[in-house]
Amino acid sequence: MSGPDVKDAKARYRRVAYYPGCALEGTGHAYNRSTKAVGKALGLALDEVPNWNCCGAMEVKNIDPKVQTYLSSRVLSIAANEMHASVVMAPCNGCYHNLKKAEYDLAKDESSREVVGRISEKAGHATYQAGQVETIHALDWIKHGIGEGALRQRVSNSLKGLKVANYYGCMYTRPRHIFPEKDQGPGTESTSQPHFMDDLLEAAGATNVDFPLKTACCGGAHTLSDSDTSTKLVLNILRAAEAAGADVIATECPTCHSGLEMHQVRAEKVLGEKTSVKMLYFTQLLGIALGLSPRNVGVQENVSDGLEALKEKGLV
Amino acid sequence: MPIHEKSLIRPENIRTHDKLVLDGVDVSGHWSTFIETRVVSDYNERLQEEIAALPGGEYIHRCWQCGSCTNSCTVNAVNPDFNPRYWIYLIRVGMESELLRDKDIIWQCVSCNKCTYACPRDVFPEGVMKATAHWLELKGHTPKSRSTMFDEEFSEQVIATGKIEEGRIIRGFFARSAQPLRQDWLIEMGKRLARKLPFKMGMLLGIAALIRPRTRGWGRSRDAIASYVGEQEQRQRKALSLPEPGAK
Repeated sequence: MSGPDVKDAKARYRRVAYYPGCALEGTGHAYNRSTKAVGKALGLALDEVPNWNCCGAMEVKNIDPKVQTYLSSRVLSIAANEMHASVVMAPCNGCYHNLKKAEYDLAKDESSREVVGRISEKAGHATYQAGQVETIHALDWIKHGIGEGALRQRVSNSLKGLKVANYYGCMYTRPRHIFPEKDQGPGTESTSQPHFMDDLLEAAGATNVDFPLKTACCGGAHTLSDSDTSTKLVLNILRAAEAAGADVIATECPTCHSGLEMHQVRAEKVLGEKTSVKMLYFTQLLGIALGLSPRNVGVQENVSDGLEALKEKGLV
Repeated sequence: MPIHEKSLIRPENIRTHDKLVLDGVDVSGHWSTFIETRVVSDYNERLQEEIAALPGGEYIHRCWQCGSCTNSCTVNAVNPDFNPRYWIYLIRVGMESELLRDKDIIWQCVSCNKCTYACPRDVFPEGVMKATAHWLELKGHTPKSRSTMFDEEFSEQVIATGKIEEGRIIRGFFARSAQPLRQDWLIEMGKRLARKLPFKMGMLLGIAALIRPRTRGWGRSRDAIASYVGEQEQRQRKALSLPEPGAK
């Protein structure tokens, strides 16, 4: 399986099933709001998966990986069998990762198929069959559904002068085997040097700094259970972004984003290590470039004061 | 070539002599260091099998000790004692007592999957770390780690209602792990957010905290998952030769 053909993605991604997930209804609300606002501004339609459930995140996987596979498969099953959608878009790295992992396990592993089939039957809904829908990230959605060329033409408030460190985290690229469409040559995403967010923000006028920790870990899995480790990991990321000259860190995952925000504050309060780089979701930055107001893309809902960075550059 | 048995060169197993003459040659001091003779007889021959019976540990037998996992490890960079390659070695040869020296840090794996990405043998070291942490708790070598408490709080909410609400998770986790919720940095975060948060958004978060979000018609999924989880718990305890829960 070499992954879906991106050539007709423009048509396929015009209207997709939307799986926000739990975090986007809580701490990641700004990501939810800005994703919807950017979709609207770009003419990309989102139909929310009705009556969705949690994908299982990392926590359920630690209790039992097949329960996580079932939880994700239920979301895919609703999209495929009730919505008759061909594409599901998940902006959260955790959700995106889990749906991809469920897809992989159901295609490759007989015992996962057996367990998911058994639970789905008892639960009284259609069992999801691998290959019924294509799972994409919000980055794929805009990169392939719109593209840099068309995006550039729609930019009314160029991010010119804004220096951005693009932070992708762990779950968007690792482990490689669950992302068969990545690493397929020109135009596809790279798992070692991801660049879709860089590409989009560059088209929006931003300057991407050379950031070595694009796929470093923020310790999100243990953000509360092993806070000292998470604070150290986050501090590395913040310091590296500042050293690279970034004004803001662009994020594409609610867990990474709130992890960076939380541990920036924690590093300051607990270790006395102050950093000033600001965090904004890439959809918030795209929204600003498309002429949307900060309120419209939820900048006030972030803990990190992104508004200050945007004001400094005369963007709002 | 990695040092397979670090235990051999641990300070207590190293011997130097202040005054030692062998065959008329003075070999006193550090330049002539001896490794203490040792005999290992307490191998746990079933250790690898037991880890492989827990979710994530299935492919431990594939490891050929290249060290890519430790080399790429996020936690190793913060704490050099965190050494997946070494633990996989110990499990494979059955050196349980040596493994137990590190029992209190194995749970700290952050699941970044750099090891799984780097592993040339598809061992899935991240899974092995989870299986090992799980094994330590099931066998009673360690109490439940904070990470396990968090996973349980989270999973119980998902299984009960189909969804989670973050505020409830945080409160539940801090209560389970007997930590005060009033942490300086959490309060500071709340303050910074409250300064700017639009009133309407604050209302929405408040409502979510009061009225638990749930997936409609979740009852049958909940029961099917709970019965599967129960089955798996029994299977795992059997594989580890542990008594049934509740049995004396």
